[in-house]
Amino acid sequence: MTALPTRHDEAFRYADIAALEAAWPVATRTIVVASGDTAAHSLVVADGAVHDIAIILGAGAQASFHVLNAARGYGRVAMRVTLAAGAQFHLGVAQIAGGDQTVEIVSEVVHAEPDTISRQVVRQVLAGNATGNYLGRVVVDRGAIGTDGEQSIRAMLLDRTATANARPELEIYADDVKCAHGCAIGELDAGALFYLASRGIPPAAAKALMLQAFLAEAFVGAEDEDQLTAAALAALEAIV
Amino acid sequence: MTGQSHGTQPDMTLLSITDLTNEIAGKPILQGLSLSIGAGEIHAIMGPNGAGKSTLAYTLGGRPGYVATGGSATLDGADLLAMAPHERAAAGLFLGFQYPVEIPGVSMVQFLREALNSQRKSRGEAPLSGGAFLKLAREQAALLKLDAEMLKRPVNVGFSGGEKKRAEMVQMGILDPKLAILDETDSGLDIDALKIVGEGINAIMRKPDKAVLLITHYQRLLDYVKPDYVHVLAGGRIVRSGGPELALELEEQGYEALVA
Repeated sequence: MTALPTRHDEAFRYADIAALEAAWPVATRTIVVASGDTAAHSLVVADGAVHDIAIILGAGAQASFHVLNAARGYGRVAMRVTLAAGAQFHLGVAQIAGGDQTVEIVSEVVHAEPDTISRQVVRQVLAGNATGNYLGRVVVDRGAIGTDGEQSIRAMLLDRTATANARPELEIYADDVKCAHGCAIGELDAGALFYLASRGIPPAAAKALMLQAFLAEAFVGAEDEDQLTAAALAALEAIV
Repeated sequence: MTGQSHGTQPDMTLLSITDLTNEIAGKPILQGLSLSIGAGEIHAIMGPNGAGKSTLAYTLGGRPGYVATGGSATLDGADLLAMAPHERAAAGLFLGFQYPVEIPGVSMVQFLREALNSQRKSRGEAPLSGGAFLKLAREQAALLKLDAEMLKRPVNVGFSGGEKKRAEMVQMGILDPKLAILDETDSGLDIDALKIVGEGINAIMRKPDKAVLLITHYQRLLDYVKPDYVHVLAGGRIVRSGGPELALELEEQGYEALVA
């Protein structure tokens, strides 16, 4: 990819093209997990950073990838994951944005062979005029029977002016597969906030407690769960 | 009024409600409710469905949408209605929920420590250390015969109806309020749990400087937590007050006979 994409390109439909231009062109980083190997990666997206990542899992390989995207200005992670027979992939993403920030994750997970598992957990907290995007496609190739793919996508809007775009997609060319996606965009539960307040917790702390719990779901099982959670909390404090 | 043997001095009034009115979605609910609760007293409010019992609890607790349109309510002399919900808690009010809220991802321990230390901070007290808090939490859980391991679980998530109500009482024990308003704490409890909860309320709140307002439909909780006064709430105001025998009378005759 060398020409700067436009919003007519599906994968860039909600992108901040002006910010993208500053980082363009982007080299693809390839991660290969050999057959039977296990790998754990995490990425904290820097301000204005644009990542393009290819992850190739050999037969029976297992990989997890955890992303904290709270980049100021613009932050984008695009990834294409390919799973060979019996491979397992877990993606956990937390995106936190306020002001005029745009943060986005674009994933394509290709179940190329039988008996593969993919799990994607994306949690977004958006305030101000921020935009948070998830475009996620799960492809099950012909013959990839026994595929189990799951996308759990949730966004919390702290202000009515914030925007979440969530587009989980399935492309299935095989029989006997299990693919599920759940997608929800909402606001903090007023009943729970009152319950916390009724016990003496001030509104800002009550919000932070609930958002912290919400975001924590993205980092469950990460090797550096504590560091990612602490960094997410710091980002959260900046927007609540 | 009978049952005044537990009567207190007028200057020991803990909760004073005068002519309280409010509306929910344009419909008047509380219509001039007055009630005074002295330190050391336990009062029960009974009444038919839709009388405004839960509305009273929520209005005193400051739930959004439950705003007083007239009258006053003071806790230990402080204007309750002027305070935000978390400030009311710090001032010594505890609201026991009829339906305790589940909060996934936040552990009971984390929640209660944050709550207690928020209250202490607003009262100018030093925060309780992790160790001291856990000791307190274990003691209070034991009092309610609740497995202390449950405090590590997310707030009310996966708790049975009875466990939720016992956990409410553990919270009350930890937060140590001046006044507890318990909204149908007896609902969803089997006989054994009812006894445990009743004994818990007595152990935590039956003290000269504290008071309880029990909101209930039934006499059965009152077998364990003996009220000093019983009030009947109907049509948004207290229509009758008496001693513990009033609850028995209600149980026998029903609300209709007494309210009419």
